[in-house]
Amino acid sequence: MTKQVQQLDRVIIRFAGDSGDGMQLTGDRFTAETAQFGNDLSTLPNFPAEIRAPAGTLPGVSSFQLHFADHDILTPGDAPNVLVAMNPAALKANLVDLPRGADIIANTDEFTKRNLQKVGYAASPLEDESLSEWRVHAVPLTSLTLKALEEFEISKKDAERAKNMFALGLLSWLYHRPTEATVKFLETKFAKKPDIAKANVAAFRAGWNYGETTESFSVSYEIRPAKLAEGVYRNISGNQALAYGLIAASVQSGLPLFLGSYPITPASDILHELSKHKRFGIRTFQAEDEIAGVGAALGAAFGGALGVTTTSGPGVTLKAETVGLAVTTELPLIVVDVQRAGPSTGMPTKTEQTDLLMALYGRNGESPVPVIAPSTPSDCFDAAIEAARIALRYRTPVILLSDGYLANGSEPWRVPETADLPDISVEFTTEPNAEDGSYLPFKRDTETLARPWAVPGTPGLEHRIGGIEKADGTGNISYDPDNHDKMVRLRQAKIDGIDVPDLTVDDPDGDARVLVLGWGSTFGPIAAAVRRVRKTGAKVAQAHLRHLNPLPANTGDVLRSYDKVLLPEINLGQLALLLRARFLIDVISYNRVRGLPFKAEELAAVIQDVIDSE
Amino acid sequence: MSSAESLNGKGLALIPRAEGAQTMKDFKSDQEVRWCPGCGDYAILAAVQSFLPELGLRRENIVFVSGIGCSSRFPYYLNTYGFHSIHGRAPAIATGLATSRPDLSVWVITGDGDGLSIGGNHLIHALRRNVNLNILLFNNRIYGLTKGQYSPTSEIGKITKSTPMGSLDKPFNPISLALGAEAGFVARTIDSDRKHLQGVLREAAAHRGTSLVEIYQNCNIFNDNAFEALKDPSTRDEITVKLEHGRPIVFGTGENEKAVRLSPYGGVEVVRRSEVADDEILVHDMHSPDPSLAFALSRLDDPSFEHVPIGIFRSVDRPAYDQLMAEQLAAATAEDGKGSLDALLHGGDTWRIG
Ligand SMILES: Cc1ncc(C[n+]2csc(CCOP(=O)(O)OP(=O)(O)O)c2C)c(N)n1
Ligand code: SF4
Ligand SMILES: [Mg+2]
Repeated sequence: MTKQVQQLDRVIIRFAGDSGDGMQLTGDRFTAETAQFGNDLSTLPNFPAEIRAPAGTLPGVSSFQLHFADHDILTPGDAPNVLVAMNPAALKANLVDLPRGADIIANTDEFTKRNLQKVGYAASPLEDESLSEWRVHAVPLTSLTLKALEEFEISKKDAERAKNMFALGLLSWLYHRPTEATVKFLETKFAKKPDIAKANVAAFRAGWNYGETTESFSVSYEIRPAKLAEGVYRNISGNQALAYGLIAASVQSGLPLFLGSYPITPASDILHELSKHKRFGIRTFQAEDEIAGVGAALGAAFGGALGVTTTSGPGVTLKAETVGLAVTTELPLIVVDVQRAGPSTGMPTKTEQTDLLMALYGRNGESPVPVIAPSTPSDCFDAAIEAARIALRYRTPVILLSDGYLANGSEPWRVPETADLPDISVEFTTEPNAEDGSYLPFKRDTETLARPWAVPGTPGLEHRIGGIEKADGTGNISYDPDNHDKMVRLRQAKIDGIDVPDLTVDDPDGDARVLVLGWGSTFGPIAAAVRRVRKTGAKVAQAHLRHLNPLPANTGDVLRSYDKVLLPEINLGQLALLLRARFLIDVISYNRVRGLPFKAEELAAVIQDVIDSE
Repeated sequence: MSSAESLNGKGLALIPRAEGAQTMKDFKSDQEVRWCPGCGDYAILAAVQSFLPELGLRRENIVFVSGIGCSSRFPYYLNTYGFHSIHGRAPAIATGLATSRPDLSVWVITGDGDGLSIGGNHLIHALRRNVNLNILLFNNRIYGLTKGQYSPTSEIGKITKSTPMGSLDKPFNPISLALGAEAGFVARTIDSDRKHLQGVLREAAAHRGTSLVEIYQNCNIFNDNAFEALKDPSTRDEITVKLEHGRPIVFGTGENEKAVRLSPYGGVEVVRRSEVADDEILVHDMHSPDPSLAFALSRLDDPSFEHVPIGIFRSVDRPAYDQLMAEQLAAATAEDGKGSLDALLHGGDTWRIG
């Protein structure tokens, strides 16, 4: 039977199953195949914080969404075209997001009476009319997998577990994905258990063959590679890009990297990644708590290392006092906050932009800290280098605000040429800097206002620093009122004077009256929404802030040149508050704090509303 | 033997040596010392300043890191590198410094509040990791800088501004705590006995890994005479149990001479010297791999303060944290070569467009 092949320009697939079903792995592999094929893509993993919530229940559902296309795309997509539901819970939890007419591939073996009851289905939705508006492909994934693996000498449990690879094989057939890399991946992953490796490969192939032979699927789809800029690409997640950016910063600065960190979702993967790269002279220190993590990083910075600490919101609160110490001792330090839903423990695996005001103001005293926010997963690489540049050049702690969406989401990344990376090398002070031949640890560079950095081991420059107010120049303890006022202002002026690039505006015709402003991870959804609105002929400009402190010098001018400024944020209006206070501009806030990224469709409607209300 | 082990007992091996001879003057900074007149901190400062030249290290390779408290002002008065940090966190900050810079001699100055209350967590973890630090814990059994609240080493029932009816909580015994936290080097000394203090510092510096030295320090303003019994000539010899490696543990004079022996209950006990045979007397072995006896000795002053051991309770070598970490970096590099950024970025599954 030859099957029909249909061309599509883009597809959104969501794999959903029990936490134990291996959906993240399945999604990762499909992503790798898709990346290799050359589509543009964007992913959104969504998993419970519990490692293994009770099997078959709604809280236990884990999903992975992937958007891929033959053109450049900006988000993981609003609504899936295809849902792979490994059990009734996965169906029930995800059906709300599924537009009518979408495909559902359901593992019928798991639609048992007991499993249906667990999630409150009185009867199987596969058998009544309730799914009639969707295209349902009922596939007994488990039993087909077991059958395919009959010959293998592995336990039934292990055979059953390979059902995610069967599903992957089926989807790979459906969308013409290349398969060699997955076979290789499985062989490496299970190198120590060759039987399991072979079984998984067999299940994967059986899934592919099933697609080819079954009547449940009469059409398969082709999505041509996207025409992206020339270069070498790889798929990368935000956390991995951030870790690579830190390594690059270490290489480009010539300073050994010291990471002090305490495990916390969704930041731990940066610690894991950096721990693998000891060949770069990287020291990773899993501290007893967040305070020790940042303390050790600051101690290492005092000794001349590139000191870094990585955490999420709850950890940033603990680090505040040490960040203040770094502010006043004027030592370089990078603090990475991978934001998650708060307050308190909040929702550890869900995303939010709610730490902005804490990053800016969450310390005692006048304690200015530069803040940078990457806009996409791969941008985390550049943002890390930029954070290091500012920290080193201005001798200051820098807070980098990533978030759960960037951290775990992934996209193709054009691998930079190392020769094109910025030179951020520093020179330690090795000679006395005062006319009388002494060393003044707080004598500032006239251009940057940065103080000299003389590290222990440098003869003749022995000096003491600390958290008590310092006399300008000598750094000796000083309680002089005027000196304190001067130092407060100097520290502020140093941060205010950091060279950050101007805010650029995307306004194709130059005559839009509405500007949509964003910061951080909302870039993709905002840009996708702006495209939609423009397609209808409406005019809208877009600008995105990467530097939250200091703000680009032209920020006020840009905002003032539009009739209306719309600012979507995944918080209750934190940047809006700042902009209103600073520029007296009444920006229009749009806020949703659901632990999820914005949808393009949702934002497009909001933008249209603002345009129409003119 | 790994290279980390080869440094055992050579606490100063990786630190550059000074060229000429040094004097106490080389280690005095130009800052005016601002403790209360009569404070025990002066004696400790003078003891340290006059001891440092003997180490023969380059001054620029010595760093003093402190937390917050009267005692934590210490680094300002030494002409070395210094970092006066925040309350309780000095061991954490020093851990980052010492782990990334094996060429430095790093000293932590902390108080009983700084090190055992707010910073207790960092202290125990530094000890178990065996970071290459010398931690000097100035124990005055009071919060000095905040004007006299009771501390985690104050005796039960201590009347202070915050405990007008007496404190309720049982104090820490810093030596027991350190031993419980897997410390390799644990000692106690006293501000008024410069010779003893310097002897302990000498051994602490020679130990590679974390050395914890508790220094009894008099706060004459808020807890005067806390250690008077150990200083007063009429009582001190009857109370002070001087621990010396390889020597039977005896103390007191004349009729009051006492000895320490194993008790039938698993600990140690003090008995009249006249009542025990020579071979029953416990011989102090600070190098014993098993910390049980050191721990038992640490309990002698608890809670009575009738006899107080001072000296080195335990001095046992194991590889220090910085060396173990350096070894991992070296091993990773030896196996796969030095990291190449280009190779790293181009690693994984890549594809080319155009
Ligand atoms: C975060 C924080 N909490 C509280 C204080 C106030 N404080 C400063 S020193 C101190 C106690 C010091 O006691 P100790 O460590 O015994 O030092 P001493 O002054 O006795 O030498 C306290 C509570 C502080 N500086 N920082
Ligand atoms: S308050 Fe006590 S510890 Fe502090 S300086 Fe005065 S005497 Fe010394
Ligand atoms: Mg004290």
